[in-house]
Amino acid sequence: MFKKVTALVLATILTVGLMSGCTKKTEEPKEVEKAEGKALKIAMVTDVGGVHDKSFNQSAWEGLQKAESELGIEPNYLESKQEADYASNLERLVDQDSDLVWGIGYLMGNQVQEAATNYPDQKFAIIDNAYEKTPENVIGVVFKEQEASFLVGYIAGKMTKTNKVGFIGGMDFAVINRFHYGFKAGVKYANPECEVMEQYAGAFDKPALGRSIAENFYGNGADIIFHASGDTGNGMIEVAKEKNKYAIGVDKDQNKDAPENVITSAIKRVDNAIYNTAKDLKEGKWKGGSTVVYGLAEGGVDIAPTSDKLVPKEILAEVEALKQKIINSEIKVPQNKEEYEAMK
Amino acid sequence: MKSRSMKERIIEKIANETLLFTILAIIMGLIVGAVVITISGYNPIDAYRAMIEGVFSKPKYIARTIIKSTPLILTGLSVAFAFRTGLFNIGVEGQFIIGALVATLLGYFIHLPAVIHIPIVFIGAILAAGLWGAIAGYLKARYGVHEVIATIMLNWIALYTSNYVVTRESVKMPGSESSYYIQETAQITITWLKGLIGPAKIHWGTLVAIIIAMIISYVLFKTTIGYELRAVGHNKNAAQYGGINVNRNVILAMTIAGVLGGAAGALHVMGEAYHVSVLSATEGYGFNGIAVALIGNNSPLGVVLSAFLFGGITFGGSNMQLLGIPTEVINIVIGSIVFFIAIYRVFRFITKFFASRKLQKEAK
Repeated sequence: MFKKVTALVLATILTVGLMSGCTKKTEEPKEVEKAEGKALKIAMVTDVGGVHDKSFNQSAWEGLQKAESELGIEPNYLESKQEADYASNLERLVDQDSDLVWGIGYLMGNQVQEAATNYPDQKFAIIDNAYEKTPENVIGVVFKEQEASFLVGYIAGKMTKTNKVGFIGGMDFAVINRFHYGFKAGVKYANPECEVMEQYAGAFDKPALGRSIAENFYGNGADIIFHASGDTGNGMIEVAKEKNKYAIGVDKDQNKDAPENVITSAIKRVDNAIYNTAKDLKEGKWKGGSTVVYGLAEGGVDIAPTSDKLVPKEILAEVEALKQKIINSEIKVPQNKEEYEAMK
Repeated sequence: MKSRSMKERIIEKIANETLLFTILAIIMGLIVGAVVITISGYNPIDAYRAMIEGVFSKPKYIARTIIKSTPLILTGLSVAFAFRTGLFNIGVEGQFIIGALVATLLGYFIHLPAVIHIPIVFIGAILAAGLWGAIAGYLKARYGVHEVIATIMLNWIALYTSNYVVTRESVKMPGSESSYYIQETAQITITWLKGLIGPAKIHWGTLVAIIIAMIISYVLFKTTIGYELRAVGHNKNAAQYGGINVNRNVILAMTIAGVLGGAAGALHVMGEAYHVSVLSATEGYGFNGIAVALIGNNSPLGVVLSAFLFGGITFGGSNMQLLGIPTEVINIVIGSIVFFIAIYRVFRFITKFFASRKLQKEAK
């Protein structure tokens, strides 16, 4: 009996203690808010991949951290566990008096638009999504993935010995189509004789599927495969290692996954886009209601810096020249099937 | 003298209540969580303040907590109901997905006035999910396939069926990885509350879920069907001997569990999401339902309360991220709270153990 009573008393004390701790402190943040200087608060909502996904969520967070150290912004993030978290996470960050709230990934397109309608005074931005009609308080950021893909396609076309290369896509939609047709155009530009095998895996998270497609491609004579399929492509890189064939990575520099096999990567600088937007915001150059496009010229896409390990210098020099041509619009890289076919 | 014994009796009654143990367990969980937060270098009081603020500081947060808890009430009920009848329904995740998918399809393709549309969508979805649950029940009754195996497999089949259907051209909204939104006539969001609680979509589903919990409670404890189901749960052989058709009851139990899981999915779509998306993995509404059922001691009322508790902890917990606490730590905290609640029976066991020892000593 005594024990039970003690337990009850202890429990009550703890609960009350906890609650009083809460009520007392709730007043503090308000004071802080008043006293605090005008550091920009920029926050982002990740998709379900989380902030350590080794892909664009992580890259985005790196961009915010860079902005923190160089521009003195206050970064923050919320990870989503379910699709249902997107809306509430966006709202939470709005309530934190963030100056700008990022949605990372086109999967959040609808939710960001909804939040922008609900909070018309709040600035939002989104990676990889271009709205047909962008709301005034939103910036859409898209990348010219086709330009980096063109360059790696050129490298593949020059380096293939069997005149066969492969492309593995994650899912068949606009973003991945830009990788696909940019790559094809690059291969064709370098080596019109070269055949491109192509397949969509239908998933970004199935390395086993990437494996079987890669086995098939290499088995049919391809010696270089480029993937734009997230984790699925990691299966392809594994096969490249086992069969000692060449592979081309995507989004980030994937050379460290297979230093002898990944000759180059088509990288997409989400971090640069995030950083530049923060800089623009700080300098009062907010371009609300527009879609910002990051290509080679803007430093939004590029080939991996480690390309010089396996790609011959002459080819890299040609790639540099090609970059200039693309930047000067002497070469127009196709971004979908229609544009690719129109090239012929 | 007399008043003292009264007091004692009252205290004893409270002390023996499940409620006390649950509260104790929550506090234990919070303490362990506080230790973890302290070890990872943050202030636990700040963290818990953020968690509580994350639920109560604004009306819209309370609304969102309610919205988040609603599917958990039903998935929890589904698991609890199956438990009562001696079955472990891991398949609630798949039943949720089927319910959500069918609700989306019926909600998008059919054009009817709301009065007819809403019931059609809801009933269609729960029937489909009920059939989905019945598959596992039938396999168990007819061939003795363990329901855990069958329902786990059915979860994956449900997930990929849903992904397949959503990616069909007539269903998928262009430029997204989701289906089209359901028609407005199939939505059950309470729109006139918007001014009060902001954009959080509070919906009738919460009320429906609570009513369903009452119905389940009634069916389980006040009807012959419920009696038979519970008898099968207590002891299959005894039930059979007593003239109860065990196989029929197994199928019935899984069907009802499926209906409940499907109702969770349907209300989630009709009230809040309005669509389903291509998923690379299950979202956890069903698996969290298992935890909710355990916390709620498998009783319908307990499940309702524990769903709100679980929803509150997870929704408020995500607010801790704003202090820079990594989600991994937050998940440990949430996990330890749930863990201690789930093992509250251990506390009960310990007190009983000491009580009996005392008795033994006295006897000597």
